[in-house]
Amino acid sequence: MVHGEIWTLKELFTYPNEYIYWSVQIVMYPFMTGLVAGAFVLSSLYHVFGIKELKEIARFALVFSFALLFAAPMPIMLHLQYPFRGINVMMTPHFTSAIAAFGIVFFTYGAIVASELWFLYRKHFVVKALALRELQDKNMIQWLEYLLYCTLTLGVYDVSEEALHRDEKAIKVLAGVGIPVACFLHGYAGFIFGSVKANALWMTPLMPVIFIMSAIVSGIALCMLTYIVVMEYRKFMIKRARKPWQMSLEEVKGAEMHVVKMTSKYLVLFLVLAITLELLDLIFRGYTAVKSWDVLRTVIYERDFYDIFIMQYGIGNLIPLILFLVPGLTVKRSILGVLLVLFGVFMMRWNVVIGGQAFSLTFAGFMHYTLPIIPHDWETFKEGLGGALSIFAMPFVLFYLISYVFPVFGDAKQEH
Amino acid sequence: MITRRKFLKYSLIGAAGMAVPTGLTVVHGGTPEEAKKKGLRWVFLVDTHKCVGCGLCVKACKQENEIPYDANVSRTWVERYVVTKDGKVHADSPKAARDGFTSPDIDEGHGHKRVIKPEDISKAFFVPKLCNQCENPPCVQVCPVGATYQAKDGVVLVDRTWCIGCGYCIMACPYGVRFFHPVYHTAEKCTFCYHRLGAGMKPACVDACPFGARRIGNLLDPNDPVTRIIEDERVSVLKEEYGTKPQVYYIGLSKEVK
Repeated sequence: MVHGEIWTLKELFTYPNEYIYWSVQIVMYPFMTGLVAGAFVLSSLYHVFGIKELKEIARFALVFSFALLFAAPMPIMLHLQYPFRGINVMMTPHFTSAIAAFGIVFFTYGAIVASELWFLYRKHFVVKALALRELQDKNMIQWLEYLLYCTLTLGVYDVSEEALHRDEKAIKVLAGVGIPVACFLHGYAGFIFGSVKANALWMTPLMPVIFIMSAIVSGIALCMLTYIVVMEYRKFMIKRARKPWQMSLEEVKGAEMHVVKMTSKYLVLFLVLAITLELLDLIFRGYTAVKSWDVLRTVIYERDFYDIFIMQYGIGNLIPLILFLVPGLTVKRSILGVLLVLFGVFMMRWNVVIGGQAFSLTFAGFMHYTLPIIPHDWETFKEGLGGALSIFAMPFVLFYLISYVFPVFGDAKQEH
Repeated sequence: MITRRKFLKYSLIGAAGMAVPTGLTVVHGGTPEEAKKKGLRWVFLVDTHKCVGCGLCVKACKQENEIPYDANVSRTWVERYVVTKDGKVHADSPKAARDGFTSPDIDEGHGHKRVIKPEDISKAFFVPKLCNQCENPPCVQVCPVGATYQAKDGVVLVDRTWCIGCGYCIMACPYGVRFFHPVYHTAEKCTFCYHRLGAGMKPACVDACPFGARRIGNLLDPNDPVTRIIEDERVSVLKEEYGTKPQVYYIGLSKEVK
């Protein structure tokens, strides 16, 4: 069977070779890179612009961005017909292609996030390494930990006030440089679609900007969600047995609500920007009504109406906007809000990627995508629900592992 | 300790070594402009008046180029257009017209057939399609690894050993000529039967067409009969608005053609 044939239903006049070649993993790709970029921008709001209210979530967002970074190229790997040849992009990059920049942008960005993390956690590594060095009769795990932390210090053990001050400066510079790079990382994902002149729905110079805005929205939403989950867990643990050095339940509650309220303001700001740009694009297309508008109108207002106006704009944008704008925000309402925002951004990616292939190049036929839910071979797994869910779960697992080395809430035990 | 003399010596050797591959490309390679100087640019001419939709070209192409016979993809295909008196355009290309058009009903996918009464038809015709070997190929532009490239004589080729299978080229082609090969799983397209051209033969579809609807020629040879038709007669190309500068020329193209 031809790749794509199994999940494509063709209607009316389509060219014989047309299928939905870019399936759910290509929906996941901009969704995941968007989360990376968004999480980084959120952390930079504190480091660069000194927005103090975001201090606690900033460190958290940076670590999460690092975890997401490893998950971001995975959808592409699952999508490629030859995943092991993916390295060819670095070996013979063909720079007229938007995808060719991936290696360079991705590694530049990765290096920035990694260095920023190093400066942020340098003191922690030194403290840990020195403590483990002094420990007598280390067991196997402690030896490994000792080796790990010694390596992570990169041989620098200077934690004087002056040195730490220099670290802060470095973090500020890295976070500042990181913002345009993060925007570029995601903007270029938008460019991959926006520059395809053969696709009437994708081709617009607004695409990279729309992608960046929705990326920041999704990144903030995911950070808020994970932050709330972690704080709820902390609250639960305090309720069970409060350690003397821990904050009281009320203190944690207060801190949590304060962060959530502040972050949600930025979420709403970027959400409004994203919706405005998307609507501008839609209105512009309708107003100019070029050759492709007939088929686009059928796709947008008829065939994909439910996905676009109910799922994306209604459930994914309008309801969370109301939830966040109505006074007296609570944690429960925030959770619902951010979940819907994440869903909305996912649907936006879906409607761009799948919606862009919902009509034929003939402008006289349609293609319908059915997501493979129960896989019956490797292809229907990796480009089906299972593959998409695995990709979505990946950053959480990575975050869980990485947070052992980069504790997101500071080591309270040690400070006391 | 390295002396200054040694340092300079090794630097020179290193620089010379690095210059070798560059030199080789200068000797071996050649730009499309150089090919033009030598005078070879493959173009195709389709006379839609002569096409009867028999599908022999599609059959020949599939066999010649090892595209699995029953796979629902093809390097070339034939479209049928039926315009009814109410101005509606109906078009199809069942199985890429591999078996010709055996039924007068229009295939609308999902097993739907549209029955059109002969008295309602105002005009009907066939249009063979294949890769346009564009002068400005968007598929080559978007390939992230350079696995698809334009040969000196204008034909766009795919390196199956280097293609990563991302599908960006398939997305970028406005003519829908590309697909993933069902066996090799790399991007696949019409090459004007490049292997046959190299051996002094014509593409399989050209040889298979009993009515002479398909012809190949060298645009840079002013005496080539195909070139003379392109230069002297009224011809058109598909989807000119994309700026791809297609090199498959058509005689008798109608505005209904997609």
